[in-house]
Amino acid sequence: MIDQLIHLLGYDFVQNAIWAGIVIAIVSGVVSRFVVARNMSFAVHALAELGFTGAAGAILFGASPVIGLLTGTTVTAFFIGVLGVRVRERDAVVGVVLAFGLGLGVLFLTLYPRYATEAFAILFGTITGVSRDDVLLLIGIGILTLAALAVVYRPLTFATVDPDVAEARGVPVGGLAIAFLLIMAAAVAEAVQVVGVLLILTLLITPGATAERLTARPGRATVYSVAVALFSILGGILLALVTNVPVSVYVTSLSFACYLLARFTVGPVAIGREGRSLMPGAADGDAAATRGGL
Amino acid sequence: MAGPVVKFEHATLAYDGRSVWSDLDLVFEAPSFVAILGPNGSGKTSLLRVILGLTHVSEGSVEVLGEAPRRGNPRIGYVPQHHSFDRDLPLRGRDLVGLGIDGHRWGIGQPSAARRRIVDAAIAGVEASAYADAPIGRLSGGEQQRLRIAQALVGNPELLLCDEPLASLDLHHQQEITELIAAWHRQFGRTVLFVTHDVNPVLGLVDRVLFVVNGRWAAGTPDEILTSDRLSGLYGSHVDVVRVHDRVVVVGDRMDSGFELEEPHHLPAIDDRLSGATR
Repeated sequence: MIDQLIHLLGYDFVQNAIWAGIVIAIVSGVVSRFVVARNMSFAVHALAELGFTGAAGAILFGASPVIGLLTGTTVTAFFIGVLGVRVRERDAVVGVVLAFGLGLGVLFLTLYPRYATEAFAILFGTITGVSRDDVLLLIGIGILTLAALAVVYRPLTFATVDPDVAEARGVPVGGLAIAFLLIMAAAVAEAVQVVGVLLILTLLITPGATAERLTARPGRATVYSVAVALFSILGGILLALVTNVPVSVYVTSLSFACYLLARFTVGPVAIGREGRSLMPGAADGDAAATRGGL
Repeated sequence: MAGPVVKFEHATLAYDGRSVWSDLDLVFEAPSFVAILGPNGSGKTSLLRVILGLTHVSEGSVEVLGEAPRRGNPRIGYVPQHHSFDRDLPLRGRDLVGLGIDGHRWGIGQPSAARRRIVDAAIAGVEASAYADAPIGRLSGGEQQRLRIAQALVGNPELLLCDEPLASLDLHHQQEITELIAAWHRQFGRTVLFVTHDVNPVLGLVDRVLFVVNGRWAAGTPDEILTSDRLSGLYGSHVDVVRVHDRVVVVGDRMDSGFELEEPHHLPAIDDRLSGATR
């Protein structure tokens, strides 16, 4: 089995998948931290499903499905961003846009004569099946997304955990919300290549949710999130090579296993150790000591 | 310091054509401790937003620390109302304070020894060193609010804006937080604008009061403003200002906003009867 794996690793399509997988994992890991902290699971889901509409439309007109996906997610992100400025409105707007867009996707599928295989690929992922050109495109989009994330990382963190003070300090909270939707649109288009539209949350929620269980340090949490995404994607690709099961099945299983481990075994110990200096109640009852404490 | 810290001249704030407050004339010199009082929706928070450069007055002019208000002015510190952080949010008190230094800057941010020293000093200043490395969502409201003060003061501001910083804290923690702000105010001789629905926790510190009701306002010393005559004039109906045990209670028979300067659940029995007169 090991020999077989080494033999397979020599193939171009496998190497393409691994390189694309690494870039996609880094993007997903960082983005999922913010998706979890900003409670945007529903928006991720909507972006993915409307990415499906975009991809179905692209296939119908003979264009690249990756471009179609990206167009679908970007247009959706734009709609959600413009229509759902206030948090209160956001869920409703996402639902409204999602329902209409998915209907459009069904129409595109119906119009396309050979839809079954293509649809399966978009719904459940085909990282080992993407063309050389698409791999380069994915890596390009991934690097651009990472560059954008690097620019907004600190103010986006501020706006996410502490929006009132961030706004008072001049952080463009509203503008960053729209910028992050567009970053999410790119991340979703990337991650769909690995796990497909229906399983998108395994890359855009699970790594971030796992990381939150492992550490109270924000920077470290982002590193852990990327590590979980890398482990799941690369592990999934390798396991899928030596068996006959799709990559997405392994990715979802591996990331879920990471979450369970973090939640019930590793996490409580790790956070307990980090928080050793925590002395509950230390501030209680020392009001007198506080006077003139500045 | 040259010139007033905050100056409003004939300033009017209007949303959708409806004016929140109008023709506001204010001058606060350093060092003042100003309480901004009034019922909910009277535009107290909007006033802070104008000073922060987040909202603009529709008429008149505003000057803050000698310049026009601008977004992200590093000379202003801001303490918001207490909202609990999620228990599992990966964020320590230390990180919250650090965001107060450079959270508004683009990029990823590099840790440095100098930055760490500044954060440590700010945390020590509010006596929060013991729990600054714990997940912030697991700290008590008072501990979280202490770290917020450190976050607001870490940039060494010249003006501190507090928007209901004591709300939802118990009496003991209210005193601690008030004392921290007062200590900073006294030590550095800098100005504090303190929005509150209950003036009593800060009554001993306040030297100026701005009271805003239904677009009308009055400013002056607490003794000038917190009187039955002045507040009756502001509310446009009969209002009694009662002083009991060094506390101020405002009661009236037509306070449709439900405004009270004192929170009834903190009052001894005698005050309960007084605030009962509101209803």
